[in-house]
Amino acid sequence: MTLQTANRAEPRTERRRPSRRRAARVQDTRGDRVFMVAVYLLLATFLLVVLIPLINILASSFSSPAAVSGGRVLLWPVDFTLIGYEAVLSNEAVLTGFGNSLFYTVVGTIVSIVLTVLIAYPLSRPELMGRKVFIGGVLFTMLFSGGLIPTYMVVRALGLLDTRWALILPTAIGAWQVLIAMTFFRSTIPSELYEAAQLDGTSDARFLWSVVLPLSKPLLAVIALMYGIGQWNSYFNALIYLRNEELYPLQLVLRDLLIVNNSGGTNLADQLAAEQMADLMKFSLIVVSTVPLMLVYPFVARHFNKGVMLGSVKG
Amino acid sequence: MTAAVDARRATPRERRRQARGRNLRRHWQLYLMLVLPVAFLVVFQYIPMANNVIAFKDYNVVAGIWGSPWAGLDNFERFFANPVAWDLIRNTLMLSLYGLLAGFPVPIILALALNEVRARFFKRTVQMVTYAPYFISTVIVVSMLILVFSPRIGFLTEALGFFGMDGNVLADPDAFRSVYVWSDVWQTAGYSAIIYMAALAGIDPSLYEAARLDGASRLRKIWHVDLPGIAPTVVVVMILSVGNVMAIGFEKAFLLQNPLNLSQSEIIATYTYKIGLLGADFSLAAAVGLFNSVINLILLLIVNTVSKRVTGNGLW
Repeated sequence: MTLQTANRAEPRTERRRPSRRRAARVQDTRGDRVFMVAVYLLLATFLLVVLIPLINILASSFSSPAAVSGGRVLLWPVDFTLIGYEAVLSNEAVLTGFGNSLFYTVVGTIVSIVLTVLIAYPLSRPELMGRKVFIGGVLFTMLFSGGLIPTYMVVRALGLLDTRWALILPTAIGAWQVLIAMTFFRSTIPSELYEAAQLDGTSDARFLWSVVLPLSKPLLAVIALMYGIGQWNSYFNALIYLRNEELYPLQLVLRDLLIVNNSGGTNLADQLAAEQMADLMKFSLIVVSTVPLMLVYPFVARHFNKGVMLGSVKG
Repeated sequence: MTAAVDARRATPRERRRQARGRNLRRHWQLYLMLVLPVAFLVVFQYIPMANNVIAFKDYNVVAGIWGSPWAGLDNFERFFANPVAWDLIRNTLMLSLYGLLAGFPVPIILALALNEVRARFFKRTVQMVTYAPYFISTVIVVSMLILVFSPRIGFLTEALGFFGMDGNVLADPDAFRSVYVWSDVWQTAGYSAIIYMAALAGIDPSLYEAARLDGASRLRKIWHVDLPGIAPTVVVVMILSVGNVMAIGFEKAFLLQNPLNLSQSEIIATYTYKIGLLGADFSLAAAVGLFNSVINLILLLIVNTVSKRVTGNGLW
């Protein structure tokens, strides 16, 4: 599939819909109607399977500790209360992690976007000598990576261990995002604009800054979201590069609170109340840490769709 | 060789050199832009690749990467001599093949079903809801699994009991793969369906007209128009997934691991982390990691070549 088909596809569906609808009304046979019932049932099943666990978590987070620990919550809060949230929001480690994650996400996204544009724009220009070699160099990193230990050795040699930069610099450039940006620049910036700028004696940097970037806002939004969400959700680099708990991103704090402390249900702690509270806090914690993403979700979903289309172009 | 021939040859070369000079003078800013990102790629991608040389050495910190003595294939032999090696390879392969088999058809079915639906509100709702879990972090998904399957408080534990499965699935090695794979399907089916939806939207409407005139039922339209229409997309996604068979992620397997399910949940990625960073045996860990990457690369090349021969579609 090419970018062109992906772009053309949308208006065409719109145009097709009315005619198909009329046709269906006339022609749906009995077999077709049975088939459609099956389709709706299938999709309803999909919907419920995804939704029910999410609703259960949400309902539990608003329930009383005793109800949660007794396993009495299904899809509606039992003995509604907010104490789970009060406990989570007064937990110091959670707040520190939240702040750290915000920092890593904002700074990491900015660094990533700058570097991605700086490499993708020159590579989108046919005049660049050695262009194929550079593009090959980027693509190869998608096929083959140095691996955990060899990368760790580089980070250690640079003295980045246990610093905030260890979470930002090693993963700053994503090959996929470079590919998307390159394709976008190549296919959406008209060459006439560039020729006109050439005649005016505009330099390449100036052209990038005042013509290309203002025309590339949708692209910048897509890759910013990709980098931002990746950074917000990741814990692996923090796990291997950080020792100092003050620097932990939220995901690593969550791992310690939600997973490591969990003994698989064979908990013999005698302080019943504390244990019940710990159960409840887990649910509230999940909701609190997922809410930022779900707030931007409708916006994100729209842009991610575009990203998938842009990415489906062969390099 | 005469001087005349020499001159004839030199001229185009000379011209090329002049052209290169002009290109550099005019577009020096483009080359300057590349400096920083290329340095990043070299430092964080290509130097680590070169560091893999320690897989063939007996690395110690004092001597450094280049000063450490060569060990030939000792590290690889050491890995394969350990009976655990074959368990790791089997666990890794089984987990990703299971994931491939279960995870591949579901998004296609979802996309085909959504494509049939005409009620826009219902269609959008299903799309938005099934897409949402993709944005939930791995840590949270695993935490949710631990909570909903908790023998004490999990609401799904009772449901499992209803189907005759008892108690603690998270501590059961035989259930590990199913938990891993189906929670992945739960998380990514909606996202993966998007690319197929785009492909379906790109199918030529005249094909549907033709099918209608021939009196094709809906099911036959799916079979004869939709499926051939998305076939190239399916092939590309297939190649990418098979090419990633050995690259199955560390993140989720590591979080789902516990001492009770280790016999099936220990995969190459988690093992590398344990012997390398926790056990500090850098050379052995690098050897295992390198073995994994190379197998993966070979698989990708094979699948791509086969697919190009058979279907004419490939990644490059």
